[in-house]
Amino acid sequence: MYKYSEFDESFVRARVTEFRDQVARRIDGSLTEEEFKPLRLKNGLYLQLHAYMLRVAIPYGTLNSRQMRQLAMIADRWDKGYGHFTTRQNVQYNWPKLADVPDILEALADVSMHAIQTSGNCIRNVTADHFAGAAADEIEDPRPIAELLRQWSTDHPEFQYLPRKFKIAVTGSPKDRAVTRAHDIGIRMVRNSSGEPGCEILIGGGLGRTPMVGKVVRDFLPTGDLLPYIEAILRVYNLQGRRDNKYKARIKILVHETGLEELKQQIEAEFAARKALFPGINMKLIENLESAFAPPGHDPKPFHNFIDRTRHDPAFRAWAGTNLSEHRIAEYSIVTVSLKPVGGTPGDATSKQMNLLADLAERYAHDELRVSHEQNIILPHVAKSDVPKVFDLLNGAGLATANVGLISDIIACPGMDYCALATARSIPVAQEISKRFDELRLEREIGPIKIKISGCINACGHHHVGHIGILGLDRKGVENYQITLGGDATENAAIGERAGPGFSASALVPALERLLDAYLENRAGPDESFIESYRRLGSLPFKTALYPSDTRIAA
Amino acid sequence: MRKFVPKVITTNDLMEGDVIYLAEDGSWTRKFGEAQVFTAAEIADEALAKVEQQRDIHVGAYLADAKVEKDGRPRPVHFRERFRTLGPSNYFHGKQAEE
Repeated sequence: MYKYSEFDESFVRARVTEFRDQVARRIDGSLTEEEFKPLRLKNGLYLQLHAYMLRVAIPYGTLNSRQMRQLAMIADRWDKGYGHFTTRQNVQYNWPKLADVPDILEALADVSMHAIQTSGNCIRNVTADHFAGAAADEIEDPRPIAELLRQWSTDHPEFQYLPRKFKIAVTGSPKDRAVTRAHDIGIRMVRNSSGEPGCEILIGGGLGRTPMVGKVVRDFLPTGDLLPYIEAILRVYNLQGRRDNKYKARIKILVHETGLEELKQQIEAEFAARKALFPGINMKLIENLESAFAPPGHDPKPFHNFIDRTRHDPAFRAWAGTNLSEHRIAEYSIVTVSLKPVGGTPGDATSKQMNLLADLAERYAHDELRVSHEQNIILPHVAKSDVPKVFDLLNGAGLATANVGLISDIIACPGMDYCALATARSIPVAQEISKRFDELRLEREIGPIKIKISGCINACGHHHVGHIGILGLDRKGVENYQITLGGDATENAAIGERAGPGFSASALVPALERLLDAYLENRAGPDESFIESYRRLGSLPFKTALYPSDTRIAA
Repeated sequence: MRKFVPKVITTNDLMEGDVIYLAEDGSWTRKFGEAQVFTAAEIADEALAKVEQQRDIHVGAYLADAKVEKDGRPRPVHFRERFRTLGPSNYFHGKQAEE
């Protein structure tokens, strides 16, 4: 893992000192809220519905056991004993007191973490494939590039006041687990026809009120040119992105209004001018970072115990079937720890669970943990011979829910239970769906499916790219839920189509039951997933199931 | 002209972030039911402008719709304001746990 340099360390410490002073001046009244707000946001501190909220960055979703233990300590000492892992690979504390926040930031700095640029109109936490460095299908570990971008974007003087926030995601695998097509910039590490490593660059993806799938602006960029090229994109956006209308300020709107070809020319021209400013330094930096992310010392061992357990223990078999992914070393597995127990809050972990995960990482997973945008925790390097032990320990802590990729593995934003921007609640909807399909014992029958829930149009819950998306709205003072169908967050990214009028909170789950019954009735066979059926059949049978008494649908 | 919906003044406490309401005596209370009810727009706006000057007490004051119940106490109209009187629905945290 990357270790902070002296520069990182002193920069983060200096920011804590600076913010401590700003908080003190806010408390004594010498700073008004108007003056303080942009300062606190630059340090990840929001005011939410019931309390402040601190958003802590977990760069490219990677952390070690010491950092996870510190997150648990912070939850216990200054919050209510839990943390909420988000779709941007951050962790949020829902109950910090203003006066405690500098101490929390100090505790984060002690383990090389911070909350810088987790809010505001700047380049946010750079996210990456949560299976980075471990996935069998990976071309290259995306984290050296993600770390390079973190260093470059942190406190970059030119890009602190962009027209709007800016999100970058990187994947090193053809299978896109980082939703790169829904980011302002998506980077896919590829090889060209001569086998040289480079990047495909996408721009203008995003969700929110105007969802767009990112477009390829450069199909092959030599990795050494990454910084000047990304800087060229940011510069063009910074100068031309709209500042007159918050809802039209993201780069996706610039791409849409200016046109990809025109923008591409401007970016290339800017790139040509900038390239000279980065003479060779790029590759040297990347090489250093690559050694920081060198694979841990894997120790391939036989795993008869794993095979035996799979054969004889149905609970283990069920969990292994959903929660293990293929590691690039046959004797290893990637373990996804579900933070979606039946009836639980998606993405929440108690301090006790965080400590257990830290212990497991230290003892069985080469001291590495990952946070996924799907709000689960990953142990990326577990020897198969250790997997049964890991399962037993997870099970004892209520962390062995065997549902990854299934209907209860729901992404949900905090919604109106916490968020000041929300128009409706998300968490109770997720809880109710997982409880209902557990009661019906239909989860395994339904198979792979992605439900994603947002409590407002800003789409933190990625509802547009859910196979089933749910958007909570306020309709005349009542919570109301719109359903979208056919979205996809992968390399085949697609924006879901709105099915029709929204549902009241009490009518929503019965509607989903009808929808999934229609899928089970109409699918070609148990091997055809929901999204495959939807693509084959079109929306009609599903809309008919959602709105059985609406005669206009079939017309 | 549309009938004026009675209002209370609400905001979040600067230090704790907790939801607070302006009471009749000019102090801040944590309970919606103890808030002062404004029945005229002008007076409500004037009171809001005044509390906005209290820069070291709270963050972001605004007017919220209220209805006065039979017991004479105000209650929230919109679900968002009702949630603010309770706390989140997934855990017994926030105001509901402090009663």
